[in-house]
Amino acid sequence: MGEPLVEARNLTKRFGTFTAVDSVDFTIERGEVFGFLGPNGAGKSSTMRMIGATSPITEGQLKVFGLDPNADGREIRARLGVVPQEDMLDEELTVTDNLTIYGRYFSLPRSVIKPRVDELLEFAQLTEKRDAKVEALSGGMKRRLTIARALISNPELVILDEPTTGLDPQARHVLWDRLYRLKQRGATLIITTHYMDEAEQLCDRLVVMDGGRIAAEGSPAELIDRHATPEVLEVRLDVDDHAGREADFAGIGSRTEVLADRILLYVEHADEALQEVRAKGIIPAATVKRRAGLEDVFLHLTGRTLVD
Amino acid sequence: MTPTESRAMGARVIPSVVRPTYRAQHVLERNWIASGAFWKVMIAGFFEPVFYLLAIGVGLGAMIGDITLADGTSVPYAAFVAPGMLAASAMNAAVMESTFNVFFKFKYGRVYQAMLATPIGAGDIAVGEIGWSLFRGFVYSATFLAVMGVMGLTESWWAIGALLGTTLIGLAFGAVGMAAVTFMRSWQDFDLITFVTLPLFLFSATFYPIEVYPPWLQTVATFSPLYHGAELVRGFALGRFDPSMLTNALVLASMATVGAIIAVRRLGRLLLS
Ligand SMILES: Nc1ncnc2c1ncn2[C@@H]1O[C@H](COP(=O)(O)OP(=O)(O)OP(=O)(O)O)[C@@H](O)[C@H]1O
Ligand SMILES: [Mg+2]
Repeated sequence: MGEPLVEARNLTKRFGTFTAVDSVDFTIERGEVFGFLGPNGAGKSSTMRMIGATSPITEGQLKVFGLDPNADGREIRARLGVVPQEDMLDEELTVTDNLTIYGRYFSLPRSVIKPRVDELLEFAQLTEKRDAKVEALSGGMKRRLTIARALISNPELVILDEPTTGLDPQARHVLWDRLYRLKQRGATLIITTHYMDEAEQLCDRLVVMDGGRIAAEGSPAELIDRHATPEVLEVRLDVDDHAGREADFAGIGSRTEVLADRILLYVEHADEALQEVRAKGIIPAATVKRRAGLEDVFLHLTGRTLVD
Repeated sequence: MTPTESRAMGARVIPSVVRPTYRAQHVLERNWIASGAFWKVMIAGFFEPVFYLLAIGVGLGAMIGDITLADGTSVPYAAFVAPGMLAASAMNAAVMESTFNVFFKFKYGRVYQAMLATPIGAGDIAVGEIGWSLFRGFVYSATFLAVMGVMGLTESWWAIGALLGTTLIGLAFGAVGMAAVTFMRSWQDFDLITFVTLPLFLFSATFYPIEVYPPWLQTVATFSPLYHGAELVRGFALGRFDPSMLTNALVLASMATVGAIIAVRRLGRLLLS
């Protein structure tokens, strides 16, 4: 393995006196899909924008392709594809012109851009809309166009800030497939998302951010292994508020989490746990047995659910 | 200092995203593609001054007759006022393009934010937008000048040199307009622009020679950049050259330089947070 593609040491971003990213360290290797997870305001986008060399670094070090974004931002951006959280499409132009002019911003010759535009229209399932003005597109179509646009320069590194927000389930799955193929071709992907299934499906490695800091880092399996039990038993009681009821479940599983509408029991085997619950004379209104996921990791690390 | 050292120094003083490179032409290209309804705008920009020319130049001109210039010679009023209107229209076009249009793209279109995720830098955007306003202004002015020629309001082929004057006006007002727009927060602030350009339009020797003012007011008028623009354009249009035209050009060039420097710096800071 060569030099890491992205390397951050004590990376910090402040807006005035407010610290959005608080001295974080991470390393992203070539060819991997790296995820940033965290609730609203965790500092994911701020970190992405620093990697994308559009937001000056306040403190610490960041190297992208071994280059310093503050000094060589242009060289870095020439090798990046960026899908920002907000679309920022050129509303005055048509779908095709949006792709074409974006390629021109990278100084690609028109002869190179033309076939790529056709390919990307196909990719984004927008061929029929090619001559439509952007303002006439639906939200999901705009999102797809933004993603297609980021790929016009054949970037080595693609930064996707919540790429699937606003997409319908089918379009999401199509995108996962496309991203997977991109990775197969050797591209490195950095992704933020609020969807746990997406992160588990796509990411080789991820960090969980909270309040500008990194709470945990690893592969999805490692994180679940480290911070959760294999299975979870969700118990809903016939009460208005579940707070304080966890005492009833003492001794079952290794850990409990109380949410407003249910209690989560972290256990080895959900079936056995349910029997233990019944043996205590508790009669749940409803139960769900499931495997532990990244949602549980996050809940454990921050005491909050991922999607506020 | 070796080139690498000076480059490193430069990097420390101005972040690389702000330094203009050779990519401004892509900003022009984007505007060209976006200007689908370009010719409609052009036509509007062309008719306005022509209407003025007919009403004030030909209409008022018939009543005023000839007008005596500083050098003692006299010309028909229409021939005197036409270069003034040409200069004023160059100013208005540049101000419009560099303020209203840029503000819109900046605040609502987020066109620049998207550009900045590519190798394009804030400096390229500033240069590209000023260049675009220059291009549009040039097309306006050339059409205007052609109409003047057809109406017999120019004295010789030297009149083509008036485009040099209008280009300098476009550069100066485009750059300063761009710098000004970086300070604007809402559409209300645009009233200020009219507040500045209207008196410039009225009192910059556009409608009458500056010599009608008492000396102290003449001094005040020389602070108007449009006065220098009008003098320059008129000198060429009437084929009457004066060394003071060099000063006129210099004033406009300095204004353009200062405006461009401020625009590039402020734009970079605003766009990169
Ligand atoms: N330009 C800015 N000026 C001031 N504060 C900012 C700016 N951008 C972000 N912040 C603040 O920094 C913090 C982190 O924001 P950021 O956009 O990085 O969060 P995020 O993790 O991407 O959240 P989300 O999931 O909502 O997209 C927030 O508190 C936000 O208010
Ligand atoms: Mg975000």
